Amino acid sequence: MDFNYTAKEEAFREEVRSYLHEALPESLTEKVRKNLRMTAEDLRLWHKILNDRGWLAWHWPEEHGGTGWSPVQAHIFDEEIVYAHAPRIIPFGVNMLGPCIIKFGTPEQKAHYLPKILSSEHWWCQGYSEPGSGSDLASLKTTAELDGDEWVINGQKTWTTLGHIADHIFVLARTNKDVKAQEGISFFLVPMDQPGIEVRPIITLDGEHEVNEVFLTDVRIPKENIVGEVDKGWTVAKYLLMYERTGIAGVAFSKLAMDGLKKTAERLKQNGRPMSEDPFFAARMGRIEVDLMAMEIFNLRTVSAAAGGSAGGVESSMLKIKGTEIRQEITDLARRVYGPHALPFVPESFDEGWNEDDPMGPEGAMIPASKYFNMRKVSIYGGSNEIQRNIISKMGLGL
Amino acid sequence: MDFQLSEERQMLKDTLERFVREKYDIDTRHKAAKMEGGFDPEMWSEFAELGAIGALIPAEAGGFGGSGEDLMVVFEALGRGLVTEPFLATGVLGATALIEAGREEMLEEVIGGGLHLALAHTEPDSRFEMAQVATKAEAGKITGRKAVVLNGGTADKLVVSARSSGAVDDEAGIGLYLVDANGPGVEKRAYATVEGGHAAEFVFDGAQGEALTGEADGFAVLEKTLGRGVLALCAEAVGAMEICKDLTVDYLKTRKQFGVPLGKFQALAHRMVQVVIAIEQARSLTMLAAGMMDAPRAARERALSAAKNMVGRVGRQVAEETIQMHGGIAMTWEYSAPHFAKRLIMIDHLLGDEDFHLGRFMNLEDAA
Repeated sequence: MDFNYTAKEEAFREEVRSYLHEALPESLTEKVRKNLRMTAEDLRLWHKILNDRGWLAWHWPEEHGGTGWSPVQAHIFDEEIVYAHAPRIIPFGVNMLGPCIIKFGTPEQKAHYLPKILSSEHWWCQGYSEPGSGSDLASLKTTAELDGDEWVINGQKTWTTLGHIADHIFVLARTNKDVKAQEGISFFLVPMDQPGIEVRPIITLDGEHEVNEVFLTDVRIPKENIVGEVDKGWTVAKYLLMYERTGIAGVAFSKLAMDGLKKTAERLKQNGRPMSEDPFFAARMGRIEVDLMAMEIFNLRTVSAAAGGSAGGVESSMLKIKGTEIRQEITDLARRVYGPHALPFVPESFDEGWNEDDPMGPEGAMIPASKYFNMRKVSIYGGSNEIQRNIISKMGLGL
Repeated sequence: MDFQLSEERQMLKDTLERFVREKYDIDTRHKAAKMEGGFDPEMWSEFAELGAIGALIPAEAGGFGGSGEDLMVVFEALGRGLVTEPFLATGVLGATALIEAGREEMLEEVIGGGLHLALAHTEPDSRFEMAQVATKAEAGKITGRKAVVLNGGTADKLVVSARSSGAVDDEAGIGLYLVDANGPGVEKRAYATVEGGHAAEFVFDGAQGEALTGEADGFAVLEKTLGRGVLALCAEAVGAMEICKDLTVDYLKTRKQFGVPLGKFQALAHRMVQVVIAIEQARSLTMLAAGMMDAPRAARERALSAAKNMVGRVGRQVAEETIQMHGGIAMTWEYSAPHFAKRLIMIDHLLGDEDFHLGRFMNLEDAA
């Protein structure tokens, strides 16, 4: 056993770190540090910074602009972008659609779409979930019918993250009602700047606008805007969902959040003593820290096994469950540590440049409660943790 | 980064696991546990021949292992069989001070299975506190009481912690002494433990002790000894957890109620998954602790405490879920799984429980 990175890997870490240090403007890192709202321009700028260096689509094959990184390098990259306080990479184009087009797309689709994902000329969102189809995605009701040289799409999609800043949406729609649910679904590429598409915001429990409903009414797209064969979209959809996402455990996020929490606990006092010395609070923090330490090794074991060629089976599901549990636990403490000062809610304060001359409560007190509520999502999205348990119990344990 | 075992250790693991699987079923274990002293001397000899004891001792001291990884591999294999022979008492807790003191002639006997050791450190009032030693050493004469000395009843020699100076919980002033377990001034009361082991209470009244350390370096050796013990217990627990997992998954697949296997009930399947994830967490920190055994004290203790805290928590989860998910059958003495569960629970009573180690982990935070 060897817990250390090789000199080559350390050099790679240094390379990533120094590029991010040089290329990431403070305007972006400040927002991440303070948990402020990101604008569409911020996200495009971040993608451009990565694309300029050839790192945006690092996991694509090299002929399409990927890097050929090892799993360990990918892990290092994931860590460093978090530690650099960079925004997150918006996954819909580069992490989700891109690999599907590379796997199932026509040469024309590859030539047309892939460069535009890299350049951010196309900004994608995901048309999967529907009001009646969450975990049971295959029950979806949106339809697509062929009318001459065009598909006509009708239906409603929901939980469309960042749909309000996207210009394209990939849509799962039913093309055959006479077969088993999974066998009559197709995967479509839909430009959003056309009549019949309406995006309505969903305000989430933290008061924020991140997700949307998308209504599709007689939306017409060219016949060739389909990925894979007609009625075989489920294969594409599953590939997208199963696509190996490194960093699913979110170890780096949690480590950063834990560091922040510890500093806050040292700064805030109760009865003259820092919260970090309160035995009850300290024990809560300690337990999560032990959990996080374990998961970091568990994650590295998985990364290392992937590097050795053993294909990860249910490990990513296990990491998703544990990783989201830990992230949620930390947000729970991040809210608790502020005590009564977690209550004030001034949504304008989440925007850049808000003038905090007369702050209410201790610095940073207004973010954590909102963040706690927002982070309830992580155990629901990406295949809820219950769905992950089904996967592990069936595929991993054979139950 | 590489989490694979070296070829040699993989062989050691395979050999021991096969031996335990084929030769050490639950009936064999119960038979051994019921013998005088709580283990089977013939089985102990067989283990010695396999090299299982020598694997705990470094080459410099005449063995052929002794690293954190070796301890991990050996004790995980022992945990899978609920092995009751005195590996921890003799090969780890007793042998470490002899290794540090360079007592190769005695270690040779230990490796061959001929010499039994025990660490007499815990006292009636010390609970888990490492530095709390009230037993006195004056001019080589030991006087005081020691409690729950693992396998103390069958030990030939005892490694006894005793104080020659300082306050009762000072790290300085503690020395380690070799004491003849059956010599004059040594009184013992041996007994079985709740999960099938053996231990003894000791009263020393001017017993002759031979110094293995000075009073300045005694604590450092003690800390190292107990650290190796913690790692051994963590690895043993991981082995026992794996067996609990296998038995429970198997039961969920075969036992039918309401016309379907139990595993079809999500209420059980999902909890089984939680158990499996928890075991991976425990294994991960045990691996980390094994890798940190030669790190500086603060970093080593921090990793060990993280591991023992996790093993305490996960051990209870695995033990309780194993019994609950099996149902009535796991309430019987006859079935094997509950005995693994008992060991997992009682491991948290040895060398610091989850709370003790959480506290130590947090105190070491700044130092590490």
